[in-house]
Amino acid sequence: MAKVLVVTSGKGGVGKTTSTAALGAALAQSGQSVVVVDFDVGLRNLDLVMGAERRVVFDLINVVQGIAKLSQALIRDKRIETLWLLPASQTRDKDALTEEGVARVIKELRAKFDWVICDSPAGIERGATLAMRFADAAVIVTNPEVSSVRDSDRMIGLLDSKTEKAEKGQRIEKHILITRYDAARAARGEMLSIEDVLEILSTPLLGIIPESEEVLRASNLGSPVTLSNAASAPARAYLAAARRLKGEDVPMTIPNGKKGLLDKLFGRRAA
Amino acid sequence: MSIFGWFRRRSSAPVARERLQILLAHERGVRGQSDLLAILREEILAVIEKHVPIERDNVQIKMDRGDAVSTLEIDVEVPNSAGLLLSA
Repeated sequence: MAKVLVVTSGKGGVGKTTSTAALGAALAQSGQSVVVVDFDVGLRNLDLVMGAERRVVFDLINVVQGIAKLSQALIRDKRIETLWLLPASQTRDKDALTEEGVARVIKELRAKFDWVICDSPAGIERGATLAMRFADAAVIVTNPEVSSVRDSDRMIGLLDSKTEKAEKGQRIEKHILITRYDAARAARGEMLSIEDVLEILSTPLLGIIPESEEVLRASNLGSPVTLSNAASAPARAYLAAARRLKGEDVPMTIPNGKKGLLDKLFGRRAA
Repeated sequence: MSIFGWFRRRSSAPVARERLQILLAHERGVRGQSDLLAILREEILAVIEKHVPIERDNVQIKMDRGDAVSTLEIDVEVPNSAGLLLSA
C-alpha cells in the first residue's frame, strides 16, 4: 500500500529538500521503492541535491499537462535502483499546476511505488497547498527557532483543514523533524529545546537532525547525506527517522555533533 | 560584557518559548474563530432571511475575545420596508 508523504515547513531554508532527499534515499536503502517529487515549480532544487540535474528531460508540469508520460519524466537514481526522482519545471510557474492534474499524477505514482515523497515549496501558495493536498502523512521540518516554529504551527493548521484527508474527516499523520539542532547550544539555554518545540506544536517527533557540515558537503556532491556519508551524525539521524516512518520503534537519541568540554558537561543523550 | 549580560544571553531560549506560546495561542484563536464566525454568520443569516429580506453585505458579525468572557456582536441592517413588516 503506497504512502504519500509531504515534506513541508512554511518557512524557507529549514531543510525540506535536504530532508526529502535524505529520507527518500534512506527508505530506498532499506529496500522500499521510492519516488521523490519536486513541487517547487520555477525554483527546483531537488534534482541538484540528488545529483540528477543533468538528466532532467521532462518534468512534473509536462506530466500534469499531458505533454509527457510519467515514465518519460521519472529519473532513476544512479546509486540506488529503487529510488526515483520526478523533477519540477524550472521555466514555468506554480499556476501551471492544476489540482486535477496533480491528483492524476499522484494516483499513478501510488500504483508504482511504496513511497511518494512530495518536496513542498516554502510558503502557503498553490505549490505548497498542492504538495500536501493528497498526502497521507506529513513531515514538518522545523528549526529550533521562533519563526520556523511559528510557520510550522501554521502548516499544521493547513494540514488539518486543507488536505483531501482532512476534508473527508480523516486524520492526516503528522511528524515533526527537527533540523539544524545544536545540542550544546540548547543545553546552554541559547536555543529552543526539543521539549519546547514539541510542547508548543503538540505533534510527535520523527527525528532530530544535528547541525552538521556533512549536510553541506552532501549537497555540494549532489548526494543525499545518507549516501554520501552513512556513518555521519545527520545520516544516522535520517536513517533512524526513515525507520520510524516505516512504523519501527527506534529509540530517539539527541545527536551530539561536537565533542567539546561544554558538550561533555551539558550535552545530554535521551533514552 | 558584565556577568549579568552573560546571564541574559544564557536565557534567550525561555524568552523564545514564552513569546511563541503567547503568539500561537492568539493565532490559533484567530484561526478557529474565523471558521466559527463563518458558520455563525451563515446560520444567523439563514434564520433572518426566513422572515425578512436582507442584504448579505449589510450584516456584520464580530467576536471579541476577553479574558473572562467573549462577546458576539451581530449588526444587521434591515431595510425600512422590511422594518414596516416587522412592526406590522
